[in-house]
Amino acid sequence: MFTKVLIANRGEIALRVIRTCQKLNIQTVAIYSEADADALFVREADEAYCVGKPPVNQSYLNAEEIIAIAKKSGAEAVHPGYGLLSENASFATRCINEGLTFIGPSPNIIASMGSKIEARKTMKEAGVPIIEGINTSLESEDEAKLAAKEIGYPLMLKASAGGGGIGMQLVNSEEELVKAFAGNKKRAESFFGDGAMFLEKYIAEPHHIEVQILADSHGNVVPLWERECSIQRRNQKVVEEAPSPFINEETRNKMLEAAIKAAQHIGYTNAGTIEFLVDREQNFYFLEMNTRLQVEHPVTEEITGLDLVEEQLKVASGAKLSFTREDVTRNGHAIEVRIYAEDPKTFFPSPGKITEFKLPEGEGIRNECAIEAGSQVTPFYDPMIGKLIAWGQTREEACSRLKRALEDYKIEGIKTNIPMLIKTVSHEQFLKGYTTTQFVNEYYLPLLTSTK
Amino acid sequence: MAKVEAGMAGNVWKVLVKEGDEVKAGQEVVILESMKMEIPVAVEADGKVTKVHVQEGDFVNDTDAIVDVE
Repeated sequence: MFTKVLIANRGEIALRVIRTCQKLNIQTVAIYSEADADALFVREADEAYCVGKPPVNQSYLNAEEIIAIAKKSGAEAVHPGYGLLSENASFATRCINEGLTFIGPSPNIIASMGSKIEARKTMKEAGVPIIEGINTSLESEDEAKLAAKEIGYPLMLKASAGGGGIGMQLVNSEEELVKAFAGNKKRAESFFGDGAMFLEKYIAEPHHIEVQILADSHGNVVPLWERECSIQRRNQKVVEEAPSPFINEETRNKMLEAAIKAAQHIGYTNAGTIEFLVDREQNFYFLEMNTRLQVEHPVTEEITGLDLVEEQLKVASGAKLSFTREDVTRNGHAIEVRIYAEDPKTFFPSPGKITEFKLPEGEGIRNECAIEAGSQVTPFYDPMIGKLIAWGQTREEACSRLKRALEDYKIEGIKTNIPMLIKTVSHEQFLKGYTTTQFVNEYYLPLLTSTK
Repeated sequence: MAKVEAGMAGNVWKVLVKEGDEVKAGQEVVILESMKMEIPVAVEADGKVTKVHVQEGDFVNDTDAIVDVE
């Protein structure tokens, strides 16, 4: 096992990794920007080094400086967290070349899953169902029109280098495709440095359900059940739960099998997530693979009793997974909500100073949070300030504990999405357990206009 | 003349207007990207775009002017 690990991240995830390191008696090295000098994660680390000015490209994305700090401090490994450099293949390569262990899969896997076209091809080879579409880069409008005619509208026009909520557009007709194509391609070129575009059939009323896996460097892959993350705004998740209240055992089994096949086919190591879109009939299709720890990993920890960061550290140090698929039993139900410093109606970030702050407590309640009273939410970073997780024996119990905790969440000085979350988790449709990615548009936003 | 500020740090994902365009209060003029999320920036009052300060792919800080509206 490592004796010292550098955490190339900030906020709640940096603190989350520090906690597990403390438990395992691993020394921690934090990096921070000038804007984060007073942050909790900086104080909690054994050592901390300033990495630059507030904007991420001058601090948390400054690979050279981060690696220099890692070497200077004597860290043996780098934990990238999520976002920032976590899916940057060249950063992973540089770590390895400098003799540091990158806590994640190999750089070539990060790169191949980062290209959505490449990922589609690979998953098809692995026998994982993919959404009907094309697996080559569309070079021209005419090529796109031809491909679209074959698949049929409506379609999603996507940038191969995109992912998450960025670089995709729904097109309902040839006219819309023509209108969108050149601009989106040019934007992908200037933004990602890769203008490759492709098309996928649009799935109506999709559920976003993903499978967490752990893989060691000895060829063992263990799935840790699934998470349903259908409730999103701006194509980014706000509520996540495990298990999915939508799929049946047969579908669940098939999805877990597909995730194992996917991971084995590419020789994956460390923690990873295979995201699927699931349609009304419970057909599921590969969406993308995230080659890192996910924001929503705590719900998996709550139902399995595992510490995913601990497992990441162990497999990165070369250890074999100490359990099999059969050992990972599922216990109860867990729901996570992401607390954002944002306007609950427009979802626009709301930076500012937190004047009063008190986390909710109670049975089955867990907080992942790295702020305190007096913390400044700056406009430089992701406005997510914390995560609240509720566990219960049943989904009903988890829902009611979560609602109560949200009502007890005390935060003043900035706007947060807590009012939106309370409305969401007490909505009849959510309580029924049928949530699609359209939930916010169909059920939440109409509530706002009807109460005006 | 009103300067429309980015309001948050991020990358310019999409510029939706050009100089000379008439815009209405609440209209989105630029979409920023941060953490793989698209975040639109809207104008507060009706007017005419006199200057666009950013290009797609640029990095902006929260107080950077992105467009001028008259």
